Amino acid sequence: MRYLPLVLALLVMCGVARAEVAEVYDFDTRAEEQRYRDLIAELRCPKCQNQNIADSNAPISKDMRDQVYRLMRQGATDDEIVGDLVSRFGEFVQYKPPVDKRTILLWAFPAIAVIGGVLIVGGVAMRSRKREEEEPALSPEEKARVRQMLAEKDPQP
Amino acid sequence: MKRILLFLPLVIAVAIGIFLAAGIGKDPTKFESARIGKPVPEFSLQSLDDPEQILDASLLKGEVSLLNVWAEWCPACWDEHGYLMQLANDKGVRIIGLNYKDQRETAFRFLGRLGNPYQQIIFDPQGSLGFDLGVYGAPETFVIDAEGVVRYRHVGVVNETVWQDVLLPVINEARGNS
Repeated sequence: MRYLPLVLALLVMCGVARAEVAEVYDFDTRAEEQRYRDLIAELRCPKCQNQNIADSNAPISKDMRDQVYRLMRQGATDDEIVGDLVSRFGEFVQYKPPVDKRTILLWAFPAIAVIGGVLIVGGVAMRSRKREEEEPALSPEEKARVRQMLAEKDPQP
Repeated sequence: MKRILLFLPLVIAVAIGIFLAAGIGKDPTKFESARIGKPVPEFSLQSLDDPEQILDASLLKGEVSLLNVWAEWCPACWDEHGYLMQLANDKGVRIIGLNYKDQRETAFRFLGRLGNPYQQIIFDPQGSLGFDLGVYGAPETFVIDAEGVVRYRHVGVVNETVWQDVLLPVINEARGNS
């Protein structure tokens, strides 16, 4: 109960912080609104670097959200909207860079790493199995010696 | 052969080390402008001094110029202004100002305090030209060649070092070509 005022104060502050980002835009359909939310979530704020423009309070992010909304109203496709912002701010603003010959290594690297790892682990496993087959653990003489050594060791603990 | 393979982890570690070390000291807030090599976007905006006078992209043609994006609310603009005054007065550089998301009164107060190095100032209270140029924070300085094509964009304060090492070579190249 002692913390009630604090909790209330925090709740009030949460409301304020949210209100800063949420401009009021009108959408005709739910799908349009969802499309807008998806777009602003995958565009990156150039000023604040590691925030998308949906989360950022920077003035430039607001301008970018306005532009996304304006272009949507004009009937632009997702690619056109992203392309428009990229032509202004550079490829940096895309969280998902396009697949082309400069970025192919970036996109292919996870697959290369997984395949490489599987090959290495597979190679190591195959080789050790092969070695087991080729050279049985102990020759009959060695086995006899082991038995002898164990027998010798038994009486004196 | 086996022996050499044992050194593989070391080689990989060194390679990763070199790759990461190359990134140290790079400023992640600076990246290439998408505008470089393209003409200044079309605009039609008032002059700061005279609301009757409408400026457009032809303002930036005919001579190599610096386009300096500034505002009264931007602390770094106060820092660089003294050097811009020097560039304009001592070195005779043509500087065009882009007053970005500011108000006339505050902009005049700023110029009254620090002086005016600009040959002409574009008044852009909505930041629309700034947005088209990809400005994401003032101060930014663009080098525009005589054809009105963006040659370079510098983000941050312009000072003696930036001028000598970065802007002057670009300007000389732009002057040589046109």
